[in-house]
Amino acid sequence: MKLTVWTYEGPPHVGAMRIATAMDKLHYVLHAPQGDTYADLLFTMIERRNKRPPVTYTTFQARDLGSDTAELFRSSVVDAYDRFTPQAMIVGASCTAELIQDDPGGLARAIGLPIPVIPLELPSYQRKENWGASETFYQLVRALAGPNAPTPGSEKPPRDETRRPRCNLLGPAALGFRHRDDVVEITRLLADLGVDVHVTAPLGATPEDLTRLGEADFNVVLYPEIAGQAATWLKRTFKQPFTTVIPIGVGATREFVREVAELAGLDPKPQLASEASRLPWYSTSVDSTYLTGKRVFIFGDATHVVAAARVATEEFGFDVVGLGTYAREFARDVRSAAERLGVEALISDDYLEVEEKVAELRPELLLGTQMERHIAKRLGIPCALISAPVHVHDFPARYSPQMGFEGANVLFDTWVHPLMMGLEEHLLGMFREDFEFNDDAAPSHLGAGHTAPVAAAAATFTTPEDSQDAGQTPAAQKHEQKHEQKHEAEPQTSVALWTEEADRELKKIPFFVRGKARRNTEAFARDRALDRITLETLYDAKAHFGR
Amino acid sequence: MSLIASQPVQDVPALQQQGGCTDAPVLRERGQREVFCGLTGIIWLHRKIQDAFFLIVGSRTCAHLMQSAAGVMIFAEPRFATAVIEERDLAGMADVNDELDTVVARLLARRPDIRMLFLVGSCPSEVIKLDLSRAAQRLSKQYLPAVRVLNYSGSGIETTFTEGEDACLASLVPELPAESATAATSLLVVGALADVIEDQFARLFTQLGIDTVRYLPARRASELPPVGPQTRYLLAQPFLAETARRLEDRGATRLAAPFPLGIEGTTGWLKAAADEWNVAAETFEKVIAAPRKRAETALVRHRETLSGKRIFFFPDSQLELPLARFLARELGMELVEVGTPYLHRQHLAEELALLPAGTSLSEGQDVDRQLDRCRAARPDLVVAGLGLANPLEAEGIRTKWSIELVFTPIQGFDQAGDLAELFARPLNRRERLKV
Repeated sequence: MKLTVWTYEGPPHVGAMRIATAMDKLHYVLHAPQGDTYADLLFTMIERRNKRPPVTYTTFQARDLGSDTAELFRSSVVDAYDRFTPQAMIVGASCTAELIQDDPGGLARAIGLPIPVIPLELPSYQRKENWGASETFYQLVRALAGPNAPTPGSEKPPRDETRRPRCNLLGPAALGFRHRDDVVEITRLLADLGVDVHVTAPLGATPEDLTRLGEADFNVVLYPEIAGQAATWLKRTFKQPFTTVIPIGVGATREFVREVAELAGLDPKPQLASEASRLPWYSTSVDSTYLTGKRVFIFGDATHVVAAARVATEEFGFDVVGLGTYAREFARDVRSAAERLGVEALISDDYLEVEEKVAELRPELLLGTQMERHIAKRLGIPCALISAPVHVHDFPARYSPQMGFEGANVLFDTWVHPLMMGLEEHLLGMFREDFEFNDDAAPSHLGAGHTAPVAAAAATFTTPEDSQDAGQTPAAQKHEQKHEQKHEAEPQTSVALWTEEADRELKKIPFFVRGKARRNTEAFARDRALDRITLETLYDAKAHFGR
Repeated sequence: MSLIASQPVQDVPALQQQGGCTDAPVLRERGQREVFCGLTGIIWLHRKIQDAFFLIVGSRTCAHLMQSAAGVMIFAEPRFATAVIEERDLAGMADVNDELDTVVARLLARRPDIRMLFLVGSCPSEVIKLDLSRAAQRLSKQYLPAVRVLNYSGSGIETTFTEGEDACLASLVPELPAESATAATSLLVVGALADVIEDQFARLFTQLGIDTVRYLPARRASELPPVGPQTRYLLAQPFLAETARRLEDRGATRLAAPFPLGIEGTTGWLKAAADEWNVAAETFEKVIAAPRKRAETALVRHRETLSGKRIFFFPDSQLELPLARFLARELGMELVEVGTPYLHRQHLAEELALLPAGTSLSEGQDVDRQLDRCRAARPDLVVAGLGLANPLEAEGIRTKWSIELVFTPIQGFDQAGDLAELFARPLNRRERLKV
């Protein structure tokens, strides 16, 4: 039994729903109690889909348990077929139905529907959402593409040279982080390179489309969490190689272009020469100097975390101070990425543990999921999202891919946006006694009459370069203040006394960084067993903690 | 353009027909139910009872429901959590009770402010027959007097959405102290209300001269109201069948009344108490005159928007009948279908009598068939859950999320306007949008 407050992933049948909802003309009959229908709102509300997920729930109740839940399942399958006339059906059980062991697969098979009916075994008490999505996609691919497989051991016929090389695009699903736009971006990139997309799946594919997967020359795996298993099977069965580079960031996209060109037997040079990302120049331009060495913590699914770590270090010039994933299945990838960066990977699906780590490392930017956004808000740290799970406002109306060259532009904007601009930081440092910018003045954009936030002492950072949280809301500051108080309640045996002069100097430090300056100076004094903090101590401490 | 706008305006039948729906036929449906389970009640109950913690003993699905259902992640550290049953618990590799004890010990060590702990049963815990009542007794022994441990089931196989609150309050009833048989008659208001509404009602009861008024649930676990033969209780919510039964087992008497939604419902609800306390008619009129006047003024504007519009209710919270009564009688809406997950004829007798005769009532659900009826009827407004709202909007049918009716203070005179506005807003929005 595990105590859980918030979860990164839902149960595995929600993963199956992400596949079914992404596809067309597929129906999912889920043996589940009343209440499990809540999962519909993930798609209709969070992703703003305009159709109900293609899922029929048996919604059994206690009184059904005493009679015949198997019959209820059977009639649900029959009714769903009659009403929705899908090309194929998947059937399975949610966590509760798994316990009553009605064997949905066997029951559905016995009906003898004239369409493929694919049973899913998704162990709810061992596995989670992404695993469920991967397993569902794999079972669908196997069942639907399998009958067209060549005889094992036969040679793969050479590609017809009169047509362009073609690939399948595997992995995009419902509720994925920017999957919709990544598909558009990568399809365009492949087209420019001279490669046609044969089938994109599961997003937008029909079961019939899946039967044609074997006709492609190779596969592009966008999200290994969802499509890795299916791609491995396709490689074995159809001798289709698949891509391993995830095209997130400029460097990885270039590598991806080369990998695809190699698989397709094409020349990558024209494509690479015409590359259109603004990231390299934006990152080079002098204004970005202030990004140098920003301390960043990265958490999410493995694919996005490993990619973000590379982009953060190579394309933004950040320091990655920590990274991790909630996806244990992919822990190895994240561990080796961490090793390359000389940090320890945090493999955990307990968001409290993640919060603790973030509080300890005090990064200047958090790249994560919606959980990390909450953590960031509480700790007053700027944050940008890089991975599912995400909320409704992370399904933007505008085109906003993460992948490809346009995706790199998006990364530049969204990661830099929460930070404060370089010159702005210096001005704050220079004019820290400005009459409009001190703890007694209200934020100027609120106009006269507003009182200043009270959280003056609640700051997080030491040096003026770190002044991002100047823009945070009073509410966030209050949260933070609470947090700070909690921290300051930790045993502090001897606090050195501030001389009047040092105290006056401390007050010249902008209010939003003053708390941290005070604490650092006191820690510095404590370590050196100083009983008084003088002006000298203050600046010695600044030099000690400054970079 | 909205498809609704192109519909011919239908004749609105006269509303004040005689007889109401007391003996009206009800369409009983059994099929796929697109409703939440009782666990969802924790979302408001954990804010209401300020020193209680709700520990769901369930699966990852339960935890996922709780965080998805209502955007509750705004709470940094909510007073609920899930003890997720794992493979090793099911395979017998771990003693589930030992595991539960460990989880509870960790939890209470983390939250020393907690005075009442609810162990909340779920579908999986019910199916594996995990005896949470024994666990609660065992843990109570260990943690009393600091923490009282109770249990109830919010499982989907036993409870539909608001029935979770019923199960929770019912579990409190045996814990209530006994009211002395010689005590003066007291009033107990039963059902979670927003604090602001509770305060409004408290002022009105004081003005009516009803001195001893208590609330279940109380805001703090330590303030359990006493109950006994001198207790008269008013249901503030229509979904409290089991709680009511247990209160009557303790000797309390229910005051039959409509529910305090809208002017008519609130008046009838307060009147039931006033009559029991023999409050003079002119005193009653004097006390409610000002707030009722405010409510009347507030409704005028919304009546313009809503009058003559046709509304269809999908079953959700059991609030559907009182809401329909309010919308039909005070705002002139036409009721196409009023669906409720469960119809408690006794508790809703006053509501049924007030509903326009001929209203189409349905109980339970077969969601696909109900959607067929809804599409065929093309109502102006549909009250439906979050899973159905956007798909219906995409078909050109305006909707009101039913969950908002549970999370918003809507009872009493001073909220009548707000309640009407919840229904007027989607129509108002359609008018504004030129997209």
